[in-house]
Amino acid sequence: MTRISPLLALPPLLFAGLAAMFIWGMNRDDPSQLPTALAGREAPPVVLAPLPGEGAPFTDASLRDGRVKLVNFWASWCAPCRVEHPNLEALAAEGVPIYGINYKDAAQDYANATGFLAELGNPYAAVGADPEGRMALDWGVYGVPETFVIDGEGRIITRFAGPITQRALQSVIRPALAEGAGGR
Amino acid sequence: MKRLILILALLMAPALPALAVQPDEVLADPALEARARDLSRVLRCPVCQSETIDESDAAVARDLRLLVRERLLAGDSDAAVLDYVTARYGEYVLFQPDASGGNLILWLAGPAMLLAGLGIGFGFLRSRRAAGEPPVQALDAAEQRRLDEILNR
Repeated sequence: MTRISPLLALPPLLFAGLAAMFIWGMNRDDPSQLPTALAGREAPPVVLAPLPGEGAPFTDASLRDGRVKLVNFWASWCAPCRVEHPNLEALAAEGVPIYGINYKDAAQDYANATGFLAELGNPYAAVGADPEGRMALDWGVYGVPETFVIDGEGRIITRFAGPITQRALQSVIRPALAEGAGGR
Repeated sequence: MKRLILILALLMAPALPALAVQPDEVLADPALEARARDLSRVLRCPVCQSETIDESDAAVARDLRLLVRERLLAGDSDAAVLDYVTARYGEYVLFQPDASGGNLILWLAGPAMLLAGLGIGFGFLRSRRAAGEPPVQALDAAEQRRLDEILNR
């Protein structure tokens, strides 16, 4: 009987490894989703202008009030923001504080932004405006809607770029909310 | 000949990347602007992820270009500017990730595979030479008969 070199097992093993990597890679939820660079760190400063008719914007202190909260960047010109809006309303009704940041939406003295809230409802505990996108740049936002989950001490737990669909709610937002509320 | 060169040059011109940098972004100081352009070419646009912020027309790329210039005007070194952006957007935005930590695997895997391949190939050739060519054996009577039969058919 001819002896079989153990090296012969190598090519199939390498192929199996490669195939496993491809399967993992193709089954990722959203390959274009960037990691949260600021995870575990203090949220960057809150620098907001007031949104007309919506009261004073929130501040750094609001993020350190001891409760887990969402910070949601949105704009009236952003279609996916409309998609996620009912889910934000539902979360707010459950008692999750959501702080809104209106992103680059200052045209006509915020008429579109306030019109958006008047039409669809206002889920935000407090809302402010970032007309130039400067605060968003500091937070590492790369497109609206984008939502940060922040714990009671103002540390970022995670972020989610894109509309908060039911799926995102179950797989990202709720686990992060639970992490911020309990086990730390 | 000159005409040919001109025609070729004109044909190639559209292949050059259209520059996304707007005139109002350009810094007055040419040295700083050159540094800003160099930095823009190594930073990835977070939206259109295969483009640098220097090439991309996305709004966030423009914001990042302005941010890079602002940091340079504030006196930051090139490394400090890159740190500032990666602290917020993650290491993913660097087109050339740092050669440290886990990234070493990324940097070294290519050369290591090449060396391993060369080593395996060389070893294979040497073992084959060491074994030598198998000696040629004369045909035995039965084979010779069969060969004649085929050739003379």
